[in-house]
Order: sequence, then C-alpha cells, then structure tokens
Amino acid sequence: MSTAPPDAAALRRRVEEFLAEHDPAAMEPLEFLRARFDAGLAWVHYPEGLGGLGAPRHLQPEVDRAFAGAGAPSNQPERNGIGLGMAAPTILAFGTEEQKRRFLRPLWTGEEVWCQLFSEPGAGSDLAALGTRAVRDGDHWIVNGQKVWTSMAHEARWAILVTRTDPDVPKHRGMTYFVCDMTAPGVEVRPLRQITGEAEFNEVFLTDVRVPDEHRLGEVGQGWRVSTATLMNERVAIGGQAVPREGGMIGVVAELWRERPELRTPGLHDEVLRLWVEAEAARLTGRRLRQQLTAGQPGPEGSAAKLAFADLNQRISGLELELLGEEGLRYDDWTMRRPAEVDFTRRSPGYRYLRAKGNSIEGGTSEILRNIIAERVLGLPGEIRVDKDVPWKDLPK
Amino acid sequence: MSDLLYSEIETDLRAGVRELLDDKAPWNDVLAGTERDEPLDAALWQSLTDMGVTALPVPEDRGGAGATWRETAVVAEEIGRAVAPVPFLTGAVLGVAALLAADDRELLESGRAAVLAVPFTTDPHAAFTPTVRAGDGTLTGAVTSVADGSAADVLLVPAADGLYAVEAADAARAPVVSLDMTRRLCDVTFDGVPARRVAEGDAALRTALLTGAAILASEQLGLAERCLESTVAYVKTRYQFGRPVGSYQALKHRLADLWTSVTQARAVARHAASCAATGDPDLPVAVAVAQAHCSAVAVRAAEECVQMHGGIGFTWEHPAHLYLKRAKSAALALGAPDRHRAALATLVDLPPAP
Ligand SMILES: Cc1cc2nc3c(=O)[nH]c(=O)nc-3n(C[C@H](O)[C@H](O)[C@H](O)COP(=O)(O)OP(=O)(O)OC[C@H]3O[C@@H](n4cnc5c(N)ncnc54)[C@H](O)[C@@H]3O)c2cc1C
Repeated sequence: MSTAPPDAAALRRRVEEFLAEHDPAAMEPLEFLRARFDAGLAWVHYPEGLGGLGAPRHLQPEVDRAFAGAGAPSNQPERNGIGLGMAAPTILAFGTEEQKRRFLRPLWTGEEVWCQLFSEPGAGSDLAALGTRAVRDGDHWIVNGQKVWTSMAHEARWAILVTRTDPDVPKHRGMTYFVCDMTAPGVEVRPLRQITGEAEFNEVFLTDVRVPDEHRLGEVGQGWRVSTATLMNERVAIGGQAVPREGGMIGVVAELWRERPELRTPGLHDEVLRLWVEAEAARLTGRRLRQQLTAGQPGPEGSAAKLAFADLNQRISGLELELLGEEGLRYDDWTMRRPAEVDFTRRSPGYRYLRAKGNSIEGGTSEILRNIIAERVLGLPGEIRVDKDVPWKDLPK
Repeated sequence: MSDLLYSEIETDLRAGVRELLDDKAPWNDVLAGTERDEPLDAALWQSLTDMGVTALPVPEDRGGAGATWRETAVVAEEIGRAVAPVPFLTGAVLGVAALLAADDRELLESGRAAVLAVPFTTDPHAAFTPTVRAGDGTLTGAVTSVADGSAADVLLVPAADGLYAVEAADAARAPVVSLDMTRRLCDVTFDGVPARRVAEGDAALRTALLTGAAILASEQLGLAERCLESTVAYVKTRYQFGRPVGSYQALKHRLADLWTSVTQARAVARHAASCAATGDPDLPVAVAVAQAHCSAVAVRAAEECVQMHGGIGFTWEHPAHLYLKRAKSAALALGAPDRHRAALATLVDLPPAP
C-alpha cells in the first residue's frame, strides 16, 4: 500500500507527529531511536520498513535538524561511520530481505558498530589481490587470513569482509563478500599505533573463522562487484557530507583567525581566504552531489568529493599550525589509546595536522582516485595491466 | 536552499542554444572574426535575440521572456563554450540587470543592446568612482576599457548622482587592441553628450555588477568544460612512445584534478546564479566565491588545454588560444580573484592582518 514518496512538507509533518507521540525527554534513548527507525525517519531515502520512506535523499538533513532541535537522542554517527556510510548501503543493495531486516536497524541505532575487513598487508590499493581464503564447508565458510588497517575493529560487533574463494581464476573473479561476526571464535584484533600516537586501526587475524553462508552478501565470486559498491559509498560518505558553511576544519581556522588578531599576517590572510573559498566550493559541490543522488548508488563521480576533501583538510590543518606559530610546536598527547570515534575538532591542531595525512590514504589513495576519475569518468586509457588474465594464484606477490 | 541542478527547461534551452552556436559560430569562424574590424558577429546576435535568450530575465510585460538569471546562466555557459563574439555578458546580463534595477520600461521594451560604460575590471564589491560628470542633461568625461562598447546601441554611464543612458553613436568610441579579441574593449569619450538619467544613486550599478559577476562564473564554467573535453578527446588519440599520451599518469592525474575543479565550478556557479535569480542575501558571498573559484579554474583549463596539445596547441590555427585569451581576460574582469577574496574578508569577517 505504498503511496508517492513524501516531500519536504510531508516529512516535516511526519516528524512533528512522531515527536508528539514520542517524548525524547521521557524515553530511553535506544527505545526512541528504534521507534524513529520504525517510523521511517532514520534515513528517509531508504525503503519503507527499513528505516526510510523512499523520500529524496537531500531531505535528510532537515529531518536530522528537526530531531536535534527537539532534543532527540543521536545515533552517534561519528562512532559508526563505516556501518552507516558503507555497510548499510551495501547491505541494502546486495543483501537478502532477511539480512536487511537483521542488520540495518541495530546498525542505524548504533547498537551494533561495524568495521571493514578489506585491506591486507599485500593488498591495499590493489584490493583485488587479497589473499584471505574462504573455503566452503557445508552451509558454512571457513575463513583464514590477515587484514590490516581495520579502523574501529576493537569497537565493532560486525564486519564487512571480502575474501578469496577461487584462487584459480583472475583476481577480480574469485572473490566473495561476507558479513563477519567480530565476536566469533578465531577473530583476533590487535591495535596498530598510528602517527598520531593512538590506535584507531588494527590488525585482524582470522583463524578458522566459521561464517554461515547466510551471511554471504551477493553471489559467490561476485565479491569485487559488491566491494566496488562499498567503496563508491565510502567516497561519497567521506567527501559528500551535508555541512553548514564553515563546517569542518575551515571553521576551526576561521574562528582562530577571528579570535586571535595577534596571529594574523598578510601572507596567511590570503591563504585563509583561498582555503575558505575552496572549502565553500567543496561544500556546495557536496550539496549538488547529494541533489543528484536522490536515488540509486553513487558512481565514480563521488571520488572527486573525497579527493578534494583530503586535499583541503591537509592544507587547512597545515595552515593552522603555521598560524599558531610557537603553539604549533606543541602536541596534546602521545599516549597510546584506542579511541571509540574519530573527531577532528576535539583534539589539538597538531593532531589534526597528523590525522589529516590519513585522509589521502584511507578509502582509496588520492592517486587511485585520480586514476578512477581519469578512467571511469573521463574515459582515458587504463593503466598497463600485467595481472589481468593471470589466475590469482600465479600473480607475483 | 538553492537547487544546484539543471531543470528540464534549462536543459532544453541549452540544447537549442548549442545547436545555434554550433551552426553559426564554429570556432574557425570565431577565429576568422578576430581578424576583422567588426567587433562582433551581428548576425549571430540577431539570431540569439530572435530566440529570445538576450532578454531572458525581463518580464513578459516589458518585452522579455519572463525567465530568471538561472536560465540566463545556462546560456552564458554555452556562450563561454563557444567563445562567441556577441555582447551577451555585457548586453544581456550587465545591461539588462541595470535596466531591470532601474525599471526603465522604455529601454527594456526597445530590445536594444545597452552596455554598461565602466572599465571591464570594475570590482563589484568596491565603491565606484565615476570618471564622467553629469550636468544640464549631458555627460562629459572618459571611460577606458569598456567591454563590447563598440557593439552597444546604448551606453549606461555611471555618474555621481546616478546612472545615465546615452546613444552609443553620440560618444567617441576608440577600439582597443584587446587580449580577448572575441570580446573587445574600447575607450569611450563623452564630450557634452545628451543623456537621460535612468536611475538615481548607485544601487542599479551595484546590482548590475554583482549580477554580471555571478553570471560570468557560468560563462567561465562553460569555457573550462569545453577546454577539458577537447583536451581529453585529444590525449586519447595522440600517440607517442607507442601509447596514447592520455594513458600517462602525469596527464591523467592533472585531468582528473581539473575535472574535480570543474565539478566544483559548476556547483558554485549554479549557486551564484540561483542567488541572483531569487535575490538571496547570500549573493555577495556567492559571487565572491564563484568568481574567486571559476576565474582560476577557467584559466587553468585553458592553460592545460594549450600544454596538453603540445605544439599544435600553441598555433594560431588551433582554438586553444581563443579559450586562453577569453579565460585570462574574464579572470581580470569584474574583479580579479584577489579582489573577490578581499571582499570576502569583510563579508564573512576574516579581517586582514593589523
Ligand atoms: C587512517 C586509515 C584508516 C584505514 N581504515 C581502513 C579500514 O577500516 N579498513 C580497511 O580495509 N582498510 C583501511 N585502511 C587502508 C587503506 O584503504 C589502504 O591503506 C589504502 O587503500 C592504500 O593501500 P596501501 O596502504 O597498501 O598502500 P599501497 O597500495 O601500497 O600504495 C603505496 C603508494 O603507491 C600509490 N599507488 C598504488 N597503486 C598506484 C597506481 N596504480 N597508480 C599510482 N599510484 C599508485 C599509492 O597511492 C600510495 O601512494 C585505512 C588506512 C588509513 C590510513
């Protein structure tokens, strides 16, 4: 009995009605979030019954603002970026009805945090070279291998996992994609300390981990296709966020500039203005991208948003240290910790400068994104490939 | 929140204008035109006028199409792609914007090309100092570097107490050998020329300059896009060392970066046009951002176009130089990027060093 998807006015009404029946001050946060999901007001562009109403995607920020304004509890998206930005759209696109019903609700409410078991020591940019093996055993798969740079694996309940199921065919064809229970026997998570001093990411060792076949996403051998969808979503999730003007790193520097006139120099003034313009251009580009994305999966165009975001973050955070002068020589804390979220604004300028260096590596390096734009958007000739028709097992490693 | 996409009407409009320009202003004709004394392609301008695209934002009861600056911006993109030698930015944007602000029925309905007599570099954010004096219904003084001044039917001249209209033929217009020969400049002298005041104060001038700078961003976008497209097409077919030169990462990565910048240019140009269309109070910021960004992108696109074509791109017989000259001139026009950044310093409260 589904009707036409609601427009902005209809969504406003629905939020009001929902808030009239659910008092955020009187309810347990989790109960409130579950009810919001069930009312289709979680991610409005998702289908009915799965937290959405099939509404245009660009109406989401307004819904979020209305809930925040009413003092509603947050699902703390900063704790579950991989779940919300990558696992969810992949499950939506490739999951069975059963998988969608099982995973999406606790993912959105934040009850279950997700991580991404993609990269391996021998397979980074060249993800399709990965060697973590999954071997069929009745209605299960037995997984063995090592993953690396796994952000938030220490917090995660579930993982999206891509494996090699057929080593005898060329690399792109022999991969299969799973959902992996991070509490299953044989999953071992060890912290990896990074240049900021802390450990957001981890090594994950998988030893005889039993994954039920019903946790397979997509067909056997279709893992590359599913992974590509995840990665496209990742890039949009990283670069295409709805932010207000001066949201993000530029706001930090703009505030500093306003509050500390003694730090200003003519040279830095021009630099601040240049970066302000670029940040505003990137912000408007993200808005346009979301307006285009009202339906369907993001294409390679989303890579541009991520590319620009990484470059901007690095230049802005570098400028912040220069602006601070002597203070820029100090760091807040090198203690090895395992944070539950990544937050650029709450830590020191030195942290921001260092953490931003990861932006051009995580989620596809800037060089790889340029290759993708050049080849998939502009149609320029591909790189010379020596590995295309070679069975995975015969590739030089 | 501004809609940054193109509507169906805009897409149809674009197709119509592109067809006309492809037919009547192929680049080799535009190139040949730069060697002639006539500053513009009068037949093409007439065709655009007949199509109704030179008075898009003018209300129907003033003889226009009753559309908005958003549609106008789409036409500007196409004009930029074609580096068309017509007074579109000057007549159909700056002039029309001034007349709309002045609500000058007579000139709007006449459909004559009214061009603002200000130096083309005039910064829309800064106070304007008139160089022409008004008195007894006449104007006296001189204005240098007026874009499309020779193509104008009517000149709109700012003086201390308002904006005046004079018959272009009454002023002395000395053609200037211009960097951009597809949008030529002239130096104009007024020697007691009869004039009629169309607006008091400087509000009409200010609105016209801001609107012009907003729409110029779309022209720059169109030009940048054309440069990118033709460069991408070329590097796919040019072989050196047994491979298309477009298979080398040194070029691929620069083109990917350029595509990214052009994508951003589209968003900021659409935002600026949208703000102009709705009279959004964000217009000055949107214009400053769009000009600071799009000027640089158009110049980079044209420069890369020359470089990635190699020797052929440096020849007179290739269109790359038409784009380069238009792009560089457009970057200086209506406030160079540094002026727009300086304006932002005030607009968004990022004051200079003491
Ligand atoms: C902070 C952070 C968080 C991360 N989180 C996760 C996570 O949660 N889950 C996960 O699976 N992975 C994660 N990663 C891993 C990340 O996806 C990889 O590091 C990345 O894909 C690069 O792989 P690599 O480190 O093996 O570098 P390599 O692929 O070895 O690259 C080395 C250099 O070579 C360049 N290069 C490689 N191939 C080409 C080419 N064809 N053309 C031009 N240049 C090329 C690269 O750009 C790079 O500069 C994270 C990384 C970081 C830094």
